[in-house]
Amino acid sequence: MASVLRSLGGSTRDLVADAGALWRLAAAAFTRGFVGPFRGERVRARATLAQAVRAGVDSLPLVALICFLVGMIMALQSAYQLRQLGAMDLVAGLVAVSMTRELAPLLTAIVVTGRFGSAIAAELGTMRVSQEIDALQVMGLSPVSFLVVPRLVALVLTVPCLVIFADVIGIVGGQAIAVAALGIGAQRYVALTLDALVLQDVYTGLVKAAAFGAIIGLVGCHEGLKTTGGAEEVGRSTTSAVVRSIVLVIAADLFATALFYVRG
Amino acid sequence: MERLDDEVNPNTQSTPAAASAPAATAIEVRGLRRTLGGRCVLDGIDLDVRTGETLVILGASGSGKSTLLRTLVGLEPPDGGTVRIWGTDIYAAGDAELARIRQRLGMAFQGGALFGSMTVAENVELPLAELTEVPPQNRRILARIKLGMVGLEDAMDQLPSQLSGGMRKRAALARALALDPEIVFFDEPSAGLDPVTAAGLDHLLVQLKKVFEMTLVVITHEMQSAFTIADRLALMHDGRFLVVDVPEVVRASRDPVVRRFLDRQPPAPTDGGEKFRRFLEELG
Repeated sequence: MASVLRSLGGSTRDLVADAGALWRLAAAAFTRGFVGPFRGERVRARATLAQAVRAGVDSLPLVALICFLVGMIMALQSAYQLRQLGAMDLVAGLVAVSMTRELAPLLTAIVVTGRFGSAIAAELGTMRVSQEIDALQVMGLSPVSFLVVPRLVALVLTVPCLVIFADVIGIVGGQAIAVAALGIGAQRYVALTLDALVLQDVYTGLVKAAAFGAIIGLVGCHEGLKTTGGAEEVGRSTTSAVVRSIVLVIAADLFATALFYVRG
Repeated sequence: MERLDDEVNPNTQSTPAAASAPAATAIEVRGLRRTLGGRCVLDGIDLDVRTGETLVILGASGSGKSTLLRTLVGLEPPDGGTVRIWGTDIYAAGDAELARIRQRLGMAFQGGALFGSMTVAENVELPLAELTEVPPQNRRILARIKLGMVGLEDAMDQLPSQLSGGMRKRAALARALALDPEIVFFDEPSAGLDPVTAAGLDHLLVQLKKVFEMTLVVITHEMQSAFTIADRLALMHDGRFLVVDVPEVVRASRDPVVRRFLDRQPPAPTDGGEKFRRFLEELG
């Protein structure tokens, strides 16, 4: 019993220490990325753009495919219930609201975590193991400015962009089902969607998306930078980055959803 | 936690006054202690590196020399003791001050630590691009000069992964020399190289040293290489120095542990046997 408690205490302590380190990285990245430019520090536009292409453009096909499929699934599932009420017209609104407020940001975040968050952790972990991070530091270059900020900024900007695409494609997926199986015309579906959606639904999703982007970037960088040892540890960091990102994204999602719910 | 956050702000750079009047002691180490995983890796190290000398820290693997080097360049804070470079305690200095000192240091890492996504030339250009105002076309010229010095002009546009181990070490040296540093640290120049390539690298170090009059701190476990390049040798064993002196004195030492290292004798059979017995016991 004592040993169970001890190991629980030990892992809790590690987790708290790790959360502290993650927080410090976030603070350093904020100082470097958002305050630094006003103090005349270099803005790494090219590096940021390169990362944005990797995070955004390269993830777009997968995000589109998944959101299209989930849009279709949502339409079918809601039709299954709404049919009993004879309220098939509500399918359009249900798909649109759940896509924009919830599913598009969440699915996009999960795809980007798997594709790019893991890549960040592996890349930075390999750089740590091969002493490239040390080399940067000895040169007097900050790994935070040089590596973390471009990735973080790229993610905070591109995840919301991806979500806009995901919103549209998810709704088109629902529309495809509506036209093919539910007997709702394409134009009518669009009109119903526009009736049901309010701007707040969309920007709620976009605010979440930006927060998710920050989480993915910070966790990926943190896990990569704290890698020690060899190739095996890089693999562990990568796994850990994906798992922790997804858990934190979903926790943040609940928090944000509750907040928006309370505020109306 | 390491200091990740210490880039120099280009606006606050100034020419350090110390550069014009070099002190006799470049690096002053006092009472350095470090314990890693319950083992004392650095056990009260005192060391003075004089300006312009080549100091070679020689030791078997596990003697603490890598940790010492990492502590000297500010990568691993010690548990106790101080490292002063040109009189500044690097673990007490502010970010900007540390960055200014680091601009005058160069380090070549054991495996090269070249940035894998950049060509060899871009690696050498990076410190110039980030820390100086040199325009791009001149950076390229400077990179060509530095790579020419280490004999890698022809490999400028190759990626680090396309280079051999010896070429990678030379490229790392070229990058370390990019900002014309006053002190250069070299981690294991001959490790993992064939004897001919290793001798070539030693020769290169001696040559560069002559031309640039820099201070050179090299850690190695290769005795031959150490005696070739050293002005002074520091023999490290179990986290402390057995002897720090000119090569002739080290060679003539009568200390049994020094002799054992120099004569390439394996550890005394008693403790070897003890270890082997314990190893067998652990295997069950």
